[in-house]
Amino acid sequence: MFIKRLPKFTYHTPSTIDEAIELLVRYNGHAKVLAGGTDLLVAMKKRSVIPSHIVNLKTIPGLSGITVTGEGVTIGSLTTVAEIEKSPLIKENFKPLWDAAKVMASPQIRTLATIGGNLVSAVPSADLAPPLMVMAATAHIKGPSGERVCPVDHLFAGPSTTALKPSEILTHITIPLQNGRGIYLKLMRRAALDLAIVGVAVSLTVKEDNICQDAKIGLGAVAPTPIRAYKAEREIIGNMVTEEVAQKVADTASRECAPITDIRATEDYRRSMVRTLTKRAIMNLWEGNR
Amino acid sequence: MTNLVPLNITVNGIEYRLYIEPNITLVDLLREKLGLTGTKKSCNEGECGACTVLMEGRPVASCMVLAIDADNKKIITIEGLAEGEKLHPLQEAFIKYGGIQCGFCTPGMILSAKALLDENPDPTPYEVRRAISGNLCRCTGYQQIVDSVLKAADMIKGNQV
Repeated sequence: MFIKRLPKFTYHTPSTIDEAIELLVRYNGHAKVLAGGTDLLVAMKKRSVIPSHIVNLKTIPGLSGITVTGEGVTIGSLTTVAEIEKSPLIKENFKPLWDAAKVMASPQIRTLATIGGNLVSAVPSADLAPPLMVMAATAHIKGPSGERVCPVDHLFAGPSTTALKPSEILTHITIPLQNGRGIYLKLMRRAALDLAIVGVAVSLTVKEDNICQDAKIGLGAVAPTPIRAYKAEREIIGNMVTEEVAQKVADTASRECAPITDIRATEDYRRSMVRTLTKRAIMNLWEGNR
Repeated sequence: MTNLVPLNITVNGIEYRLYIEPNITLVDLLREKLGLTGTKKSCNEGECGACTVLMEGRPVASCMVLAIDADNKKIITIEGLAEGEKLHPLQEAFIKYGGIQCGFCTPGMILSAKALLDENPDPTPYEVRRAISGNLCRCTGYQQIVDSVLKAADMIKGNQV
């Protein structure tokens, strides 16, 4: 345990997605795909995962990069957090994702870690999940029976569990053009290199008459998976945006989430911080709008 | 049973063609197969930054990289910074301005700083702090480290003039 060498495995370098899927089918549950490796290698060193086969996705061309399309943007699953952090396109048009990329882990992890890996690892505190949820992003998945899509809202099934089958691969994420503005706020115990105690993403579309047309709220680290706060969203959609409404939405969000007490924070503190950050995010977006 | 896999890697300008076990990490390859023990191994789970090296010019935690994943990549370690007897300005500044104390975090700190200065030759103190945010120093000497990086930036600019 202390030495933490990696267990032995057979290494595969597929050159197409189909070849990778074939390997996953052949080794049925005994293979793991490798993307950035920053979650997988830790799990393997701790022996919580001992795959006999490693299928490296980085040898497959075309799974990385940020591409503008008519409908929005396509982000390959192997695109690194550092690439997202450095993208002016993401910063200007899909800001919650940029906010999250900037505060994840450390520079030397961001060079390696990928957007696909962050989603598929499916930890409750996954920083990229709430921003993608509030921007109505879609996950594109390929498996033995072909391609399918899944809204990022429905991608998570439980802690470290997704809607992906063992033989399926997340190939890319699409985010539609955004009408409103968004933000991601992350509370940590220190300024860098920490998991979220609470992560709050908000996207708000407010018309000129100050009526909220659309609102989406995504919460991280306060439930078994990243979640949408649907009840809180309903408190603001169609209403005039005021500080009182923001407070009401924040109160509802803090009741709607289901945090636990762990080494990082208590349940009560997390609820209280969901309230604070949700209100702060709404006020920030609303004031920026005026 | 583990099959050996071919690895072609360039470390500090020297090209190596090796056959390695696929389950060794880049930090272990550097330290144990290539004898480059300047790169330190501490937490071994990507949290401390002691094992930071540059891969294709960008900082990576080498304990979180499979050595085989560095195939056809260029790596720079702390051993690759000095030119003969002449230290890199970052190394000089760390000595002169107290950025080095016990020395264990220093190779990683200097490589994170190099990645910053290569991209941004004139950083603010905040940008320096962000760049070294993944490198833990337990001598608590962050202020001297930030000062050293800023002085090194001045030295590099001076040299170029």
